[in-house]
Amino acid sequence: MGQASSDARVVLETRSVTKRYELEGGIRVDALRGADIAIREGEMVTIMGPSGSGKSTLMHIVGLLDRPTSGEVVLDGRDVSRLAPNELAALRNRHIGFVFQAFNLLSRTSALANVELPLVYAGVSGAERTRRARSALERVGLGNRTGHLPSQLSGGQQQRVAIARALVNDPSIVLADEPTGNLDSRSGIEVMAVLQELNSQGITVILVTHDDRVARHAKRIIRVFDGRIREDAPVADRIVAAHEMAALPPEDATG
Amino acid sequence: MNVTESFRIALRALAANKARSLLTMLGVIIGVAAVILLVGIGTGVQDEVTGSLEGLGSNLLFVVPGQFEGGMGGSGGPPGRRFTLDDAETIARRVEGASAVVPVFQAGATVKAGNRSMPVVVAAGNEQGTEVFTSDLAAGRHYRRGEVQAASRVVALGDRVARELFPNQDPLGKQVTLSGQRFTVVGYYKSLGGGLGGDQDSQVYIPVTTAQRLFNVNHINTIVVKAADAEQIETVRRDIIRALAPSFGDEFTVFSQEQTLGILSDLLGTLTYMLAGIAGISLLVGGIGIMNIMLVSVSERTREIGIRKAVGARTYDILSQFVIEAVALSVMGGVLGIALGWGGAEAIASFTPVPANVTPWAVATAFFFAFGVGVFFGVYPAWKASQLDPIEALRYE
Repeated sequence: MGQASSDARVVLETRSVTKRYELEGGIRVDALRGADIAIREGEMVTIMGPSGSGKSTLMHIVGLLDRPTSGEVVLDGRDVSRLAPNELAALRNRHIGFVFQAFNLLSRTSALANVELPLVYAGVSGAERTRRARSALERVGLGNRTGHLPSQLSGGQQQRVAIARALVNDPSIVLADEPTGNLDSRSGIEVMAVLQELNSQGITVILVTHDDRVARHAKRIIRVFDGRIREDAPVADRIVAAHEMAALPPEDATG
Repeated sequence: MNVTESFRIALRALAANKARSLLTMLGVIIGVAAVILLVGIGTGVQDEVTGSLEGLGSNLLFVVPGQFEGGMGGSGGPPGRRFTLDDAETIARRVEGASAVVPVFQAGATVKAGNRSMPVVVAAGNEQGTEVFTSDLAAGRHYRRGEVQAASRVVALGDRVARELFPNQDPLGKQVTLSGQRFTVVGYYKSLGGGLGGDQDSQVYIPVTTAQRLFNVNHINTIVVKAADAEQIETVRRDIIRALAPSFGDEFTVFSQEQTLGILSDLLGTLTYMLAGIAGISLLVGGIGIMNIMLVSVSERTREIGIRKAVGARTYDILSQFVIEAVALSVMGGVLGIALGWGGAEAIASFTPVPANVTPWAVATAFFFAFGVGVFFGVYPAWKASQLDPIEALRYE
């Protein structure tokens, strides 16, 4: 594991993590059967697998949205696998930035207010909150769209607002779940370019996808199958979104 | 997250659904307005009735036939024997501390003057009546002792009677017909104001002896006794009982003015509480409306709750957000309801004879009740929201 940057600090690690769901009628589903992964600071890693592989469950556990049935989840050297939901909420707020396939912005709420949301729950208020949200929006190239509502933005722009929201609290990890799934190819490339750019600035990014092309934007791919880690290898032919953008025919301006 | 932040979020959510918020509030608005209005009317009537009793004068004792135990009701059954003028005379003769003894008889009749007529209450007493009943003559005089003894057909009119029968005329010296008998108007009174049905203004006053002939009876309803001074009331009461006991045994009751006030006030107070209770039920229904709409809101906003939880909202943050939303609905509804109820009460008081008095106590109660309704009916939906699993909530379409 961790071939590319074995000297960097481990941000998040799962050790023999299992997850078992008890369905109605006593049926048990083992979504994870012992997964060991380690994410190092500054990495860009893809968690990949077909549906039903346990990929989503692993993502929820890595994103501190869910707790494993057994095993440990170590965040910054501390086992967080047995924490209560409210403690996990506080950790998510400080350490994890989410980017979802469906954007998940609050409707009828301006881009700026959407980006401020994690700061609201972090207890940051007033001018400081506005300043930080504005600077996060500038980082994703939306400094001139702060007052727009999600409905007034294109899909690509909405996803960039979501990325700004993920960044605003200076998280340890940005976790992007199928970030291009709802976008046309051009917007998808733009979003991937933003994520790669952020990674090059030192931000740890985890991509979750079933799409091989999206996966190859990362530096390392962890393949999940049948609840286990099947492969964990660096990407040989990494796709650089910035190059793809340059190769695209110049088009009528999109976001 | 602090409370100010929760408020801002809640108000923004309410503003996003203005029509729905307003309709939900309407339940509370109507409930609170009903509480304020009905309690206002109840209090107003209570004040008015007790006030007009107090206006009767002071140091009064009311002697009525029959036994009454303590408070309301009494031991039931009609009185065995009624008082006559002789009983009033007995009291006048034998009770030293009494400065005035007035036999009172009341009956309904129709009064006519020319082609005008109206139904009135005939209130009959003796020449001492002016000492026990507050009254201000607008013009003329009361009937005199001689007229009582002679059962003269003289009458003094209440303000409304005088104005209805003799619009733009001076009624003094004019003739009116009361139950077929002609009476001479010797005086009329200034308005005593409102009154429930404006009764004192709609009365006519004649000598009790005349009234007994007119209605062909020889009994009276009540004997009103005025004690010479306040310290003597208890002595006077004992003397009255002693004077009447030989002929009535214990088949009569002496009320002091205070007791009468207390009984009436109890009765009207109970009525006010009943009105408040009925109005309170509508407020409760308004609360259920809030709960209903909050449950709808929670399920509609499941995804929003998921997003908030994903970015770090704790159970408490979600709970307080939704409770504050419910409370904001009920409190705004409460404030609007208070305004509406108060305005309605003022309007009723100024445009109808029904008195209404909105007390700060009623306003405060209604406000805090509305607040409580918001908390009570908001907690369950908010708790439901706070317990949502973020993963499930994010998946919700």
